[in-house]
Amino acid sequence: MKEKLLPTLIALTIAAVIGDILILSFGQSPGDVYRLLLEGTWGNAYGFGQVLYKATTLAFTGLAVALGMRAGLFNIGAEGQLAFGGFSAAIVGLWLPAGTPAVLAVPLCIAGAALGGALVGAVPASLKARFGASEVIVTIMLNFIVLAFLNWIVATKLHVAELLHTPDIHAGAVARLSSVIPGFHGSAANFIVLLAIAIALFVGWYLFRTREGYELRAVGLQPAAAEYGGVRVGRIWFRALVLSGALAGLGGTNYVLGYKQYYEEGFAAGAGYLGIAVALVGRNHPLGVLFAALLFATLSQGGLAVNAVVPKQMVEVLTAVVIIAVAASVPEVQRLLRVSRKPA
Amino acid sequence: MIILAFLAQTLRIATPYLLAASGGVLSERSGIVALALEGWMLVGAFCAALGAYYSGSPWIGLLSGVAGGMMAAALHAWTTIRYRADQVVVGIAVNLLAVGITRFFLRLAFDSSSNSPRVPGFDWFAGTAAGGSSVGSSSGLFASLINPLVLCAIVALFGVGWLLDRTPFGLRVRAVGEKPEAATSVGVGVMRVRWAAVLFGGALTSLGGVYLALDQHQFTDGMTAGRGFIALAAVIFGNWKPRRVALACLLFAAAEALQIRLQVLHALPSQFVEMIPYLLTIVALAGLVGRAMPPSALGKVAE
Repeated sequence: MKEKLLPTLIALTIAAVIGDILILSFGQSPGDVYRLLLEGTWGNAYGFGQVLYKATTLAFTGLAVALGMRAGLFNIGAEGQLAFGGFSAAIVGLWLPAGTPAVLAVPLCIAGAALGGALVGAVPASLKARFGASEVIVTIMLNFIVLAFLNWIVATKLHVAELLHTPDIHAGAVARLSSVIPGFHGSAANFIVLLAIAIALFVGWYLFRTREGYELRAVGLQPAAAEYGGVRVGRIWFRALVLSGALAGLGGTNYVLGYKQYYEEGFAAGAGYLGIAVALVGRNHPLGVLFAALLFATLSQGGLAVNAVVPKQMVEVLTAVVIIAVAASVPEVQRLLRVSRKPA
Repeated sequence: MIILAFLAQTLRIATPYLLAASGGVLSERSGIVALALEGWMLVGAFCAALGAYYSGSPWIGLLSGVAGGMMAAALHAWTTIRYRADQVVVGIAVNLLAVGITRFFLRLAFDSSSNSPRVPGFDWFAGTAAGGSSVGSSSGLFASLINPLVLCAIVALFGVGWLLDRTPFGLRVRAVGEKPEAATSVGVGVMRVRWAAVLFGGALTSLGGVYLALDQHQFTDGMTAGRGFIALAAVIFGNWKPRRVALACLLFAAAEALQIRLQVLHALPSQFVEMIPYLLTIVALAGLVGRAMPPSALGKVAE
């Protein structure tokens, strides 16, 4: 447990110190700014609703990256998969006739998002399984291709006049949380958050309780040994990257079904890359991912809360600092613990 | 004349690619994944604008841009080499950090969320270029090419090629990128060589950012706009070999220049031209044209 939590604590401490420096450089008091940050996020229902909303998208991309990591694969394509998933959900919602009952429309749109993400994930998946092409580079390059394609298709075929988004979907909208808990009024939090929790539980079950998940983890730890043990590594790689893409794609439902009811360019820009941070801090465990998603969502929303006093870009810096510090302290903590366990 | 203007346009677009890709080749050949070319460049561009603005001299801007880019590269080297942090994670994070930190200091230094004030550039023929903003005209275009950074870009990859193939330092870089254990066994300090390669690579890459800021006479938020990733694509598409990488940069730039020329015809949507470098790189990685041969210790931790 110490080994799992220590890097995050070290990283948060470093980030807090750097945050202090940035705040002081702007001539403000760090204590006041941090208080403002907490009040604007966990201190009131609206702020918390926004945190929940942002955490929902991050949970999906974090789960996507974490699942890939468990198979020893680095999916940096969550950014493109998320966008394409959101776009696909909007397409399904547009294609369904108005008045389609929600019990039918919502699952169809959700399935559309997963399928869209899986489709994008299938490209690095097949190139990795068939040719051994580095999934890191393929997914990075594919992000640009997918985003350029979506930009083109929305701008030329699907947009509402004067605006760069698709028309409103006819069916498949998901209710906001404020319809049940009035305190959330005005925040974007919606019932997709329950889907995120359910999917996290599913991923945990899949990874740790099924034969497929066992094979996936075996490939992640020792591909050669897994191959020797009768696992077809290429097939596992393919499955992991497609599933990872589907998870990231599901994240698109949070905006398209739960918030705006249309696909818009850049609706969650950066959430795919942040998924890497979420998986890293969450140590590739579904429950860890949920907590890490809350952490990064708090930072993101907190930036808006303090923007009147210090530039909200401060939290972009702190987010990056947390990622770098966790990445650097994980191997170091492991090494130090190993040293301290050895008898002198 | 049209051909000449097209070539000039290509070179102009290729300049930041060539500079960033030369830094990318150095870093990757030493075994450190160059995912943060974009970030090194962006920091370089911001520091160049900052230095040029406060000193009034583009040369000071150049120096401070390089210093800034090297600081970003030093953070990269320090965490991945000293602390063995995952190179891909750090690469992504350094890019995020560069975006955040340039935006923060843009607010702090210039109280703006979009751009810096006008800064001096290398307008050696400012008279003919009429203030540098008239690259639309052919004479302005040619004049804008007479710039120390364009000259640097032309020789950068040849220089890196010479360094790697013909100097003892280059031999060490290749050794630690291919077989770090073997390099260690003959007394080469793997970490030291990687540090040097990443720092030097950071300096070269940041020149690409310096060029952008001084050429446009200002820093704008996110002004590198994915050029670092195109440079990375060129490194891979060029199979990590400097001369081929240079050709890849020119090829990608020519496609863009062509698209600008053909814009009036609406022959091909710009988004599809944007995809070309990335599509070619994926095709190359799949081994459909040639065989991608990355340095064998790329991304691996050296003990």
